[in-house]
Amino acid sequence: MASLPADPKLSAAVSDGALLLAGEFTVWTLGQLPPEAGAAYRLELSGLTRIDTAAAWYLVGRERQGAQLDGLTGAQARLLDTVRQALPQPDAETAAPAGWRRMLEQTGRRMAAALLFLREIAEYLGRFLAALARGIRHPGDFRFTSLVYHCQETGLRAVPIVALMSFLIGIVLAFQGAVQLRQFGAEVFVIDLIAISILRELGILLTAIIVAGRTASALTASIGSMKMNEEIDAMRTLGLDPDMVLILPRVLALIITLPILGLIANIAGLVGGALMSWIELGISPSMFRYRLLADTSVDHVIVGLSKAPVFALIIGVIGCHAGMKVGKDAESLGAETSRAVVNAIFAVIVADALFSIFFSEVGL
Amino acid sequence: MSGNIIEVRGLRTQFGRHVVHDGLDLDLRQGEILGVVGGSGTGKSVLLRTIVGLNRPTAGTVRVFGQDVGALAGPAREALERRWGVMFQGGALFSSLTVRENVEVPLRAVPGLAPEARRGLAELKVSMAGLPWSANDKYPSDLSGGMRKRAGLARALALDPEILFLDEPTAGLDPIGADAFDRLIVELRDALDLSVFLVTHDLDTLHACCDRIAVLAENKVLVSGTMAEMLRVDHPWVHEYFHGPRARAAMATGRAKE
Repeated sequence: MASLPADPKLSAAVSDGALLLAGEFTVWTLGQLPPEAGAAYRLELSGLTRIDTAAAWYLVGRERQGAQLDGLTGAQARLLDTVRQALPQPDAETAAPAGWRRMLEQTGRRMAAALLFLREIAEYLGRFLAALARGIRHPGDFRFTSLVYHCQETGLRAVPIVALMSFLIGIVLAFQGAVQLRQFGAEVFVIDLIAISILRELGILLTAIIVAGRTASALTASIGSMKMNEEIDAMRTLGLDPDMVLILPRVLALIITLPILGLIANIAGLVGGALMSWIELGISPSMFRYRLLADTSVDHVIVGLSKAPVFALIIGVIGCHAGMKVGKDAESLGAETSRAVVNAIFAVIVADALFSIFFSEVGL
Repeated sequence: MSGNIIEVRGLRTQFGRHVVHDGLDLDLRQGEILGVVGGSGTGKSVLLRTIVGLNRPTAGTVRVFGQDVGALAGPAREALERRWGVMFQGGALFSSLTVRENVEVPLRAVPGLAPEARRGLAELKVSMAGLPWSANDKYPSDLSGGMRKRAGLARALALDPEILFLDEPTAGLDPIGADAFDRLIVELRDALDLSVFLVTHDLDTLHACCDRIAVLAENKVLVSGTMAEMLRVDHPWVHEYFHGPRARAAMATGRAKE
């Protein structure tokens, strides 16, 4: 009883087209069959002390190929019967199209999936707007506590990282600008360089990218885990509208906080730039402030911050949509979360490019 | 049909100050289906986990095939683990693998087994567990709870174990599915000469498959024996368990079947 199958013995020999097997024929010894065993048309099995389903599976397979099985005991034959009955019947498989047709089909499927994704994003945008309209018409349905909570999560908690990032970008711009502009003796224009690039583009774009990474993933994870847990279905049966309860406060919190974060990023970037200009170029803070106010139009700030609500909407809708797409397994939660972040960052950059074209066309 | 293949003696399991088992003795005999019952929180699943070595007992010994599970390590332990199969409550399938690949996982440990043989054997086990062919290529998330349990059973059977541990095999199944699962367990036991350690709440399962029943209460195995013996025990909890309205219904259907 205490013997372990660690070292099972099978002896196999082929003579005159007959395969003689003796010892333990199990899943562990199945691989020890000699290569010429497949050609034997008669299998002599009286020497077998033990067989398992793997051996039975092999023997039944050989029997189907027309080989003759000799010398099985009653119990062994019964095991073979069991396996014979359980042998799976393969379903007829649909032949996969080959070569260029498969490539064409895959391309078509990807295109259809991309279009479907855009359609669903549009649907979620519509659902958010409908929920917003309902919230305005029936303020009683609106979850104010939830909105405040999400403002804190997406806004307040992101202030340190956004401010630090923007401060460092200001320093980098001042430093790089100084090196380049010094060649022309135009160091003082470094202020314009910093002001315009941060206020118009970098402040809000980098904030949006950080928030996309931070918040889009959090949205997908929180809504997705609720979806996995069937909490969203439970909400529906209780007469709660997930659009009102989940999507509206989250997206609205983003729309409120992203412009504020953008403004903080602008200020931190200018402070960083001013500090570096002072150290590197000897431009005093008062000089920096004077040139900033005299030369830089407030239009740049308006252009920059006007993009923020749009970016916020993009991040929020993509994050919520991905959360709702999570299936019942944890794997899809992870996949959707990373997809949400990538899509949100990509969409923010595309939107920024479109804004650039738009603003240059209208001449702002 | 004699000889104990699992012997638990004086087992004590403790989590922090919470004592789950104290002085627990239990035997599993060759070829029998042993049903382990007990109220919620009496440590039925903990006992299963301790026997297969997932929990370390605070005191006492667990001997499987005459070997002390806690004292084994390395290849000896691996060799022992190959002789039992465990089906966890929810199937515990690897979610990133298809059903066939799940069943192939234990078969990958077999040296010299050709990929075609591995695939064929996995498909055989899936079929033996009562799943249709189409289930082979599905992911666990696409399966119903009952199918997931069957797939978990197929994986537990992959290496032709001698002992099968089942944790709540029929919990969460509809009566027809549970009935089919009960019959499957008995059929597999008869065909493959298994010994089965079965943790359950399901009185129908106890009637339909179990040769012997062990009742866990008061931190130990309070009584063990056949169904008929259980009915004569006059411990209040055991009496309530086997004579309650549900028990009477299960007994009635059990008789009707015979």
